[in-house]
Amino acid sequence: MSLSSQKNLLEVNNLRVNFRTPDGFVTAVNDLNFTLAQGETLGIVGESGSGKSQTAFALMGLLAGNGIIEGEARFNEQNILTLNEKAMNRIRSKEIAMIFQDPMTSLNPYMKVGKQLMEVLMLHKGMSKAEAFEASVKMLDAVKMPEARKRMNMYPHEFSGGMRQRVMIAMALLCQPKLLIADEPTTALDVTVQAQILTLLNELKDDFNTSIIMITHDLGVVAGLCDKVLVMYAGQTMEYGTAEDVFYRPTHPYTQGLLKAIPRLDGNDEKLSTIPGNPPNLLHMPSGCPFQARCEFARERCGESMPELKEFAPGQLRACHKSVDGWVA
Amino acid sequence: MLTFISKRILEAIPTLLILITVSFFLMHSAPGSPFTSERALPPEVLANINAKYHLDEPVINQYFYYLGGLLQGDLGPSFRYKDFTINELIAQSFPVSAEIGIWSFLVALLIGVGCGIIAALRQNSWLDYSVMGFANLGIVLPNFVLAPLCILFFSIYNHWLPPGGWNGGAWPYLVMPVIAMSTSYIAQIARITRGSMIETMHSNFIRTARAKGLPKYRIIFQHALRPAMLPVVSYLGPAFVGIVTGSVIVDVYFGTGGIGQHFINGALNRDYSMVMGVTILVGTLTILFNAIVDILYAVIDPKIRY
Repeated sequence: MSLSSQKNLLEVNNLRVNFRTPDGFVTAVNDLNFTLAQGETLGIVGESGSGKSQTAFALMGLLAGNGIIEGEARFNEQNILTLNEKAMNRIRSKEIAMIFQDPMTSLNPYMKVGKQLMEVLMLHKGMSKAEAFEASVKMLDAVKMPEARKRMNMYPHEFSGGMRQRVMIAMALLCQPKLLIADEPTTALDVTVQAQILTLLNELKDDFNTSIIMITHDLGVVAGLCDKVLVMYAGQTMEYGTAEDVFYRPTHPYTQGLLKAIPRLDGNDEKLSTIPGNPPNLLHMPSGCPFQARCEFARERCGESMPELKEFAPGQLRACHKSVDGWVA
Repeated sequence: MLTFISKRILEAIPTLLILITVSFFLMHSAPGSPFTSERALPPEVLANINAKYHLDEPVINQYFYYLGGLLQGDLGPSFRYKDFTINELIAQSFPVSAEIGIWSFLVALLIGVGCGIIAALRQNSWLDYSVMGFANLGIVLPNFVLAPLCILFFSIYNHWLPPGGWNGGAWPYLVMPVIAMSTSYIAQIARITRGSMIETMHSNFIRTARAKGLPKYRIIFQHALRPAMLPVVSYLGPAFVGIVTGSVIVDVYFGTGGIGQHFINGALNRDYSMVMGVTILVGTLTILFNAIVDILYAVIDPKIRY
């Protein structure tokens, strides 16, 4: 099922994330499979509640207390989902780092930015205070933070949103991790700042040869940055392939709908296309394909069984009863 | 910061003046006078006494006499303890209450914060339930029940501690008053700490700290404790004032001779200058410790700058 011939850094097999809630059992991530090679970038795309963030939290071991994980995630041949807290702490930030959605609240407002950076290096690299300070300044320079040295002594509230996200990125890259998980890193930022952060990630990816899992609901982000794309809906994989295939030859009605919903500068001023309806309630999942209620191609079959995720062309997978060329009898 | 402190001192003067004025006139508008409760005195004697204390003059004059004395640091003579001034009585009893209070405060802070953190980190476990069960017990158990229970247990059944007295504040005389005084504060502090710690541990920056691979104790003490202490600190200011100004229960049960007894006796005896004296004391301490809390806030939270 691997899309690339390189040795895989990360292999996620049959990942399921369930939550025990007062209202019942919720499956946030349902049977997820993907692989990631060193230096590769995977985009996970989906609407709110599609399970993309929970996938990230599951990989980092940061799920809420009522979360239950099944399946495996082999990172460097080791299943990180079964590691205990102590062993996981040796991987977090050192091997796998994460950037969060909301830079405004993800930094500790009561601690100087410098200290928040330095503690990572002192913890994982055993650096002295002075070494960690210099290395942190260097990393702030690398994320193009102006006057990095001076800013080490400042508190997060003295930074703008974009600058805080730069701090988060610098923090994540301090130990030069093999894998960076970016959970909607640009969602909370202005459009111009979004572009700067994406350019920055793109450059850093090459400089540090880091693999990235980019979680986003913004297909534009994926287009500029990713090698592979996985489209999620209601916890399930709808389509999975190279970025080029998914973008230029989307085959799943959901992906097609998402792409049509991107406003185009060169388009005529017709009304922006949308996908009608809302994602299903995970507590009361319909039988069959979760997308059927919103799918313009839905047939009777779609309500009866969930289509299997199948490789229909080399490196291209999709889960849809409708064949690529349309319904066959 | 210096401007802030001097501003707070300047603000304290009108605040105290309003406090003094309101309590003075409220007190004098209550029926009765300091000498109405005593056995009937010959009218001439009563007139003499009233004249000595200016009680025969209009209240407004008495108010200015009082303010005049206050400016010289004189809280006036006691109407009840005839040979003592209020200054002497407070100087005698306040240090006793303050000593009990400071120990109680330290005990309450240490145990309260400790229990709160443990309960928060083991949220909804048996440990959490038992710690919070004891905390609730500490809140609902009034100290007029706790104090005699202490005496029963420590003095009567076991002869471990003297049942009362002060003896210059030797520690055996201190233990029971501190227990009676601190229990409800331990409980309150534990509850506030638990709630605020749980909230802090769910915040995004704690998730970031976990993603860094920091061990749990470092997340708690370096990242979570500071913000979690903010609501506790704002409770501690007024609590400290309450705790060092003593309790009539402690003074009565343990015969410690603290200032707590004067609050009740002063009011019951219409001991005007005593009521004013303790009011001014509590008022000044409240203003002082609220200012200290504000300064502590700035120390804890870098977003607050004066």
